Amino acid sequence: MAAAAIPLLDVKNLSKTFNSFQAVKSVSFDLYPGEILGLLGPNGAGKTTIIHMLLGLTSPSSGEIRIFGLDPSRPRQREKILRRMNFSSTYVAMPYSLTLRESLMVFARLYGVKKAKSRIDLLVEQFELKDVADRPVRTLSSGQMTRLNLAKAFINEPEILLLDEPTASLDPDIADRTRTYLLEMKRTRKMAILYTSHNMQEMEEISDRLLFLHHGEIIARGTPGDLVARFRGEDLEDVFLKIAREVRP
Amino acid sequence: MKPHRISAMFLRHIYLYRHSLTRLVEIFYWPLLDLLVWGFVSLYITKLSAEGKSTPNFLGIFLGALILWDILFRSQQGISVSFLEEVWARNFLNLFVSPLTIGEYLVSLMLVAVFKVVVVFLISSLLAWFLYSFNLFIIGLYLLPFMLCLVIMGWAIGILTTGLILRFGQQAEVLAWGVAFLFQPISAVFYPVSVLPKFLQKVALAIPASYVFEGMRAIIFGRTFPAGHLVKAFSLDLVYLALALFFFFRMFKQVRARGLLAKMGE
Repeated sequence: MAAAAIPLLDVKNLSKTFNSFQAVKSVSFDLYPGEILGLLGPNGAGKTTIIHMLLGLTSPSSGEIRIFGLDPSRPRQREKILRRMNFSSTYVAMPYSLTLRESLMVFARLYGVKKAKSRIDLLVEQFELKDVADRPVRTLSSGQMTRLNLAKAFINEPEILLLDEPTASLDPDIADRTRTYLLEMKRTRKMAILYTSHNMQEMEEISDRLLFLHHGEIIARGTPGDLVARFRGEDLEDVFLKIAREVRP
Repeated sequence: MKPHRISAMFLRHIYLYRHSLTRLVEIFYWPLLDLLVWGFVSLYITKLSAEGKSTPNFLGIFLGALILWDILFRSQQGISVSFLEEVWARNFLNLFVSPLTIGEYLVSLMLVAVFKVVVVFLISSLLAWFLYSFNLFIIGLYLLPFMLCLVIMGWAIGILTTGLILRFGQQAEVLAWGVAFLFQPISAVFYPVSVLPKFLQKVALAIPASYVFEGMRAIIFGRTFPAGHLVKAFSLDLVYLALALFFFFRMFKQVRARGLLAKMGE
């Protein structure tokens, strides 16, 4: 990243403690326009807690978060931030009784999207949901639901996108097309993406930088190539296994 | 039919009760409430016949009470069940990571509640008229403030219940159906406050709905209804609504700190 660029997301010494369990320990990182930052780590490493703190769903115990230079802990600033940001996770869904188009219309209104109908048509086309656009959400397959979630995440043309295992339930073809789409958004719109996945190949392919989290701490950071070299692994999966099994460089 | 499979399913439900206090309480809750309400109704009827008074318009007071009670209940459900629908659909996180503020969310739920109330009220009133020739509109202009008073009380109970569900999670879901009925025996829905024991009469004075149902009966019986009672009812409503909002925002802050908001949405 160019040294002069201003980070869209700036996290300093972020920590979260649940009772006596420290889920996130003094984590610092930043995210620049047109960058994909991958959060890696075994289950319980603190990835999702960090994303939830960035979204304001969980309040930090200490540390500082600045998004677009604003403080998400202040309600008015949080509202401004969330207008320019979005989120998608495999683990969330949409109202079952609404059709796919109706669901997207609700979110278009929540995000104040102008010309909502044409934006929805475009997203339905891009995420190959046209055939099911007027079907109730409850009839969608898990892959279609994931794509609907992704379409929702793009509804407001976000500058920052937080994606929690977005391709977990997609078949390899759709997952590949989703990655291509994300890379295109990053390139053409300078979208900044924070990405978590357990698919190491995907992380290697898509991420500009990676943060390796273990027991709530960042224990390694760098480009996928840097990390593979530093941990003397064959590939990122090999590095992941070494870290998950407590091997340090 | 294999006994071990039947016993497995029996055990599954017993385990559930062992781990869920709310479900356990629910077993006793409904019979107790039914007993209280119908016990007081019986006392009311017995008292009237013992005093040798002429039989009042039971059709009017029961049907009117039922329709008005449903306003309170639907208003409460419009909030707590609408909230639960987002939880069941796993859509909760999507909403709370959008620019939607918690205040905007609550106002939208209140509007949903009003919409439900209006639809249910119109249908019930029409059915009561067609099926039983009972015209609720004999209450006249008082009907509007009565309805508003019950809607606000329903909002307050709905917001309180939603705060509890937020804090204690889906195991507290049953509250969405049960909490409003806790107020039924002391709201004097089907009988006057005077039927209640003395200590419950004092409690009833603190319940906005009791003024509405007393007022409804007064008008149906052709008596006057002091406007001061409406002022009292609305004042109590506003106090409870403010307390419910305070409780909800406090719970919201607490669940964010504990990371429960995110868990509820997944």
